[in-house]
Amino acid sequence: MQAEENTLEKVVFETSVEIKNADGLHMRPAMQFVDVANKFECDITVSNKANSVDGKSIMQMSMLAATCGTKLKIKAEGVDAQQAINALRELVEEEHFDEPTPSEQKKR
Amino acid sequence: MEIKKGIAVSPGVAIAKSLIIDSEDYRIPQRSIKPSQRMTEIQRVRNAFKDATGELIQLEKEQGDIEQRKIKDIFAVHLRFLHDRRLRKRITDLVYSESVTAEYAVSTTMREIASHFTKVKDAYISERAADIYDIERRLLKQLLGSKREDIGHLTEEVTIVARELSPTQTAGFNKEFVKGLATDAGGRTSHTAIVARSLGIPAVVALEDLTESVRGGDTVIIDGNRGIVIVNPDSETIRQYEEYSHEFLELEHKLDAIKEKPAVTRDGVRITLLGNIEFPDEAELVLQKGGEGIGLYRTEFLYLNRESEPTEEDHYQAYAETISVFKHRPVTIRTVDLGADKYTQSKRFAPEPNPFLGLRSIRFCLQNLMMFKTQLHAILRASVLGEVKIMFPLVTNIQEMMQAKMILRDVMEDLDEESIAYNKNIQIGIMIETPSAALMASTLARDVDFFSIGTNDLIQYTLAVDRGNELVSTLYSSADPAVLRLIRTVIQDAHKAQIDLSVCGEMASEPVYIMLLIGMGVRTISLAPPMIPEIKQIVRSVTMEDCNNLVRKILGMNSERQISSFLRDATRKILPEAF
Repeated sequence: MQAEENTLEKVVFETSVEIKNADGLHMRPAMQFVDVANKFECDITVSNKANSVDGKSIMQMSMLAATCGTKLKIKAEGVDAQQAINALRELVEEEHFDEPTPSEQKKR
Repeated sequence: MEIKKGIAVSPGVAIAKSLIIDSEDYRIPQRSIKPSQRMTEIQRVRNAFKDATGELIQLEKEQGDIEQRKIKDIFAVHLRFLHDRRLRKRITDLVYSESVTAEYAVSTTMREIASHFTKVKDAYISERAADIYDIERRLLKQLLGSKREDIGHLTEEVTIVARELSPTQTAGFNKEFVKGLATDAGGRTSHTAIVARSLGIPAVVALEDLTESVRGGDTVIIDGNRGIVIVNPDSETIRQYEEYSHEFLELEHKLDAIKEKPAVTRDGVRITLLGNIEFPDEAELVLQKGGEGIGLYRTEFLYLNRESEPTEEDHYQAYAETISVFKHRPVTIRTVDLGADKYTQSKRFAPEPNPFLGLRSIRFCLQNLMMFKTQLHAILRASVLGEVKIMFPLVTNIQEMMQAKMILRDVMEDLDEESIAYNKNIQIGIMIETPSAALMASTLARDVDFFSIGTNDLIQYTLAVDRGNELVSTLYSSADPAVLRLIRTVIQDAHKAQIDLSVCGEMASEPVYIMLLIGMGVRTISLAPPMIPEIKQIVRSVTMEDCNNLVRKILGMNSERQISSFLRDATRKILPEAF
């Protein structure tokens, strides 16, 4: 995680995350993501190689169709950008949406 | 422009705006609006989102404490979509930029999103499409709500696009405006196909995912000759099709020219061609096409297109209207064939697990005597108006036939007591459409005046194939040697007992089977009215020797494939235009 810019008008933070839960970013995880994103004032953009979408829109997030192992870039712009990035990274990489990773799934 | 391939089930070409009917009968009305109406439509979109959200929250409350996480998640996901500003904006932007209705914009956008999901390889993700359709329905329900338009009240020509059409839905069609049918499911003998042929409009079925590619209001070409549906054709394609449609009509006119000529083979054997009808106003069509009477008058439609049960007078009026067209030519009225896929299932508290083997047709009538007697009363009363015959469907054993005849006698006594005139010598016949009836034909023949072979059910029950299930519908064939053996037995038994025999199933409307039927001894054929000229053309082109030789060869064949390709080749030589 790094701060790219820090001027008076705009705070921009960016991070890269990897989808770790086995089933990927299906409806429920997409919902969790936009729920977290909508708690913040800043604009949130999520991109994979091909597309950039609004991290607060469930339609756009779910259309990313990110499967397990997909790398996503999250960019936040606004006063609470840093908090937003922290919270989203935690949700995707550490909690992996409260869902099992492929190795955890095998153990079951 | 998108081209879809399916199965052609009713000939002709239709070019018109599409009307989509889903299982809930929603239709998406006209798509274009004046630029000045755009703000109103955008407000309607916003309201629909708001109201759908309110309804969903209410629904969630009513569900109480939902234990299941999955159901909870579905509600939650739908709510997130309804709160999604990007989604709402995408829809309102479409209303603005294209000047279209709120319904059209919702439908278009949601279908775009759904088709995006269905293209994703990951099964878990592609299943999201179902959620999107659900949300589409929620929004459309708000938009169309109380003023949900009735398919019976069309004001312009349309092509109907649906997953599958039920008899109840097709019964409400206004024939003046419905120009063609196209469905995702179905086969050659599905209900959609039968209705289309009887209305004389083109139809293509088994298009699999057509409803995902079409939006209400899109221009659609239905080519019922080649089994093709073209969505949003370009102007060049439309021009070609208009020309082609014109040529097709010319062939029809050429065939119509023979309607005054008799249906006799080249060596002078007379074949009687009758029409199968469902509605009284089709009787005219039978006459126009050169039919000599009605071989099968299906009466269930009296029950399907109304809220309450028809009265005796309703029955009588419908029969009287039909009979008046034919005066002293035969009109064979089949008693109601309800049950299975028609009418009774939707009204039944506990649907049967296997309706086609359940309480349907004559079985249903024998357990609902009031209803049955009402119909018989009306048929008898109408019997003095012309040459009316009465026919019982789906008889499986001799008791059922005897019971039905006994009830008919009871009703005759009632009429005697009421001093109402009727034809005491009315001809009584049964349909042979189960393997058991076919095997027992020699016994059944002793107590009736005629047989009519109903090939659709006979094939379905003999081959154990659901004709509407596209996974197995290719197994369904009139050319199966087992089916042909049964049909031949019935024909021979009818001849031995010297009773009349006709064939009234779909098989009789298909050019390829005509020589075979004539060669096996059939002299009366009842078929879909639009097909009468073509079938007459075949009759007039063959000799008995041709037909007998063909039957001799076919009887030596053991596989359906061999028989059907032999029949196709033989027919192509007689009537090349039919292919």
